[in-house]
Amino acid sequence: MKTFMKKLSFHPCGNYHENYAQELSIFETWFGRVCLGIFLILLFSVAPFFLSPYLLYILNTIGILAIAAIGLNILIGYTGQISLGHGAFFGVGAYAAAILATRLGVPFYLSIPAAGFITAMIGMIFGIPSGRLKGLYLTIATLAGQFIIEYVLIQWESLTKGTMGITLPSPSILGWNIAGNKAFFFLIFICLVLMTWFAVNIMRSKYGRAFIAIRDNDRAAEGMGIPIFKYKLLSFAISSFYAGFAGALWAYYMVSITTEPFNLGLSVEFIAMVIIGGMGNIPGAIFGATFITILNEVLRYATGVLMNVSAITSLGLNMAPLREFVFGLAIVLFILLEPKGIAELWRILRSNFRLWPFSY
Amino acid sequence: MDFFLQLLVNGVCVGLLYGISAMGFVMIFKASSVLNFAHGELLALGAFFFLSLVTWGKIPIAASFLLTLAGCFILGFLIEKFFLRPLIGEKLIFVIMLTVGLSAMFKGLILLIWGGNLHTYPEFLPPSLEIHLGSIYIAPVYSATLVISVIFLVLFGLFFKKSSQGIFMRSVADNQKAALSLGVHVRRVFALSWAIAAMVACMSGIVLGIINGVNVHDLSAIGLKVFPVVILGGLDSIGGAIIGGIIIGLLETFTGGYLSPSLRDVVPYIVLVFILMVKPYGLFGLVEIERV
Repeated sequence: MKTFMKKLSFHPCGNYHENYAQELSIFETWFGRVCLGIFLILLFSVAPFFLSPYLLYILNTIGILAIAAIGLNILIGYTGQISLGHGAFFGVGAYAAAILATRLGVPFYLSIPAAGFITAMIGMIFGIPSGRLKGLYLTIATLAGQFIIEYVLIQWESLTKGTMGITLPSPSILGWNIAGNKAFFFLIFICLVLMTWFAVNIMRSKYGRAFIAIRDNDRAAEGMGIPIFKYKLLSFAISSFYAGFAGALWAYYMVSITTEPFNLGLSVEFIAMVIIGGMGNIPGAIFGATFITILNEVLRYATGVLMNVSAITSLGLNMAPLREFVFGLAIVLFILLEPKGIAELWRILRSNFRLWPFSY
Repeated sequence: MDFFLQLLVNGVCVGLLYGISAMGFVMIFKASSVLNFAHGELLALGAFFFLSLVTWGKIPIAASFLLTLAGCFILGFLIEKFFLRPLIGEKLIFVIMLTVGLSAMFKGLILLIWGGNLHTYPEFLPPSLEIHLGSIYIAPVYSATLVISVIFLVLFGLFFKKSSQGIFMRSVADNQKAALSLGVHVRRVFALSWAIAAMVACMSGIVLGIINGVNVHDLSAIGLKVFPVVILGGLDSIGGAIIGGIIIGLLETFTGGYLSPSLRDVVPYIVLVFILMVKPYGLFGLVEIERV
């Protein structure tokens, strides 16, 4: 009865864990579980029917980028391996799905996971240096991977059509065509929920614990009997799978893709999402994706407005680079002021309500 | 054969440029083991600073060169003071990402102030620096580069071997705690190494600007090409940076000349992956031995 009451409470007033299983539980109280359930029901029943197409487009973008950011967070936040090639892997997934769909006519429910697996294979190739190297050397290896993949995507014209780009057929299942923001909202967010569920649970498993051990001290982890090369590669593969999966979704959503967006800037944006959202925190990746996408949209809007102010245009100033500046500033400020990211701010906010309404 | 020789000479010249650009990078890594992703933007800042002093300020070349070096020295000092110092002892990824953020900030600033167009310096190198050897031609800027890189290499060698500050820097790079306990002012060493590195970066930015014209996008791309160079030479070896630079420069020009021009820009990174798999600490780098 006592535990039952505890489960009903708003937020536990202390640390009441009696075994490791309790400590690993995702929801400490039923309240959190119910809240999440209500949030999801509201999201799926309200958002697609009441939001304007533009807002829905932003929401869909957030969903896709959040999937990729979760993957990168598994690699950076949990395994401690820094990758600067995530944007290129995202592109590999997009092209894999596009080629499977146009050349072989594979339906989308097969081509999207297949794109994920293909990207995982390619990611593992660039993960091989991680066997001998750690930290900064690996960062440089993935930087090289970014440039090599970009080059291959542009130059292998017989497969990728180079700079021409590929146009994808609209995905259909059981005769129902998925087209438009509303239909894609359901596809993207169902995928996001599944991928989040998978990521949260893999981190509670043997594999997740091995990843965290490698992050905290790889030599010690090896000494405790964790084959670190195998697990680093596995982490690379999972992270690339997420990137490829998200890229494939993005390709279907955008209908036509070119090599242009998958540059180093995108990779940096993904890392920024992980850092701003909170490293080693799965919901953090979603917060980060939301923050960066909204920041991008606000900056695009702001520079658009500033361009039309006659005083500035008459001075001959071009305001477009302001976007880049503010983007860099956001990264720098988060690192200096709140290195644990939005997830930490969210935790502080929640713990302020711990004894609400009787705070002290 | 002439084609081959001309490619060889061009490759060495381009490689020396890469080597000089990498020197500032190695400097920072040597003292504080920070990978500086904002290096390309530092090059660009120096080049643009010099550009505005020369063309807008109408200040004589020598004076504006010295002014630029002094300005960049202070800039490097300020970067360390305001951005890097709070992160001493933090995780590697925060420091790397901070430099990535700084690079975006600087790039935005440069684009905001000077725009993304190609600028050129007024002609000022004496034509007597031109070298003609049979059919081979070396442009004055390249022979100037050769002279400058040799001067800087010697200066750096002396600095690290003889001066007390240089020895402090090496000691901090080797073991921060031991250096601290023996009375080395570690914070001052960090500040000084950033200041010197920024100064060297500015200088190489100016040299690059003389050769290719000043453009933010080109210069920040060179900032990334520094990575294959320093990995090949060894991350913590200044001489290695020059030799790595020459090898990468040769590779680039030969691929550009004989295979395909589009492969030219990717070849350094393909080589990079192979070096990382075969000899990760580079030709002259120090092999780290770690204990739990």
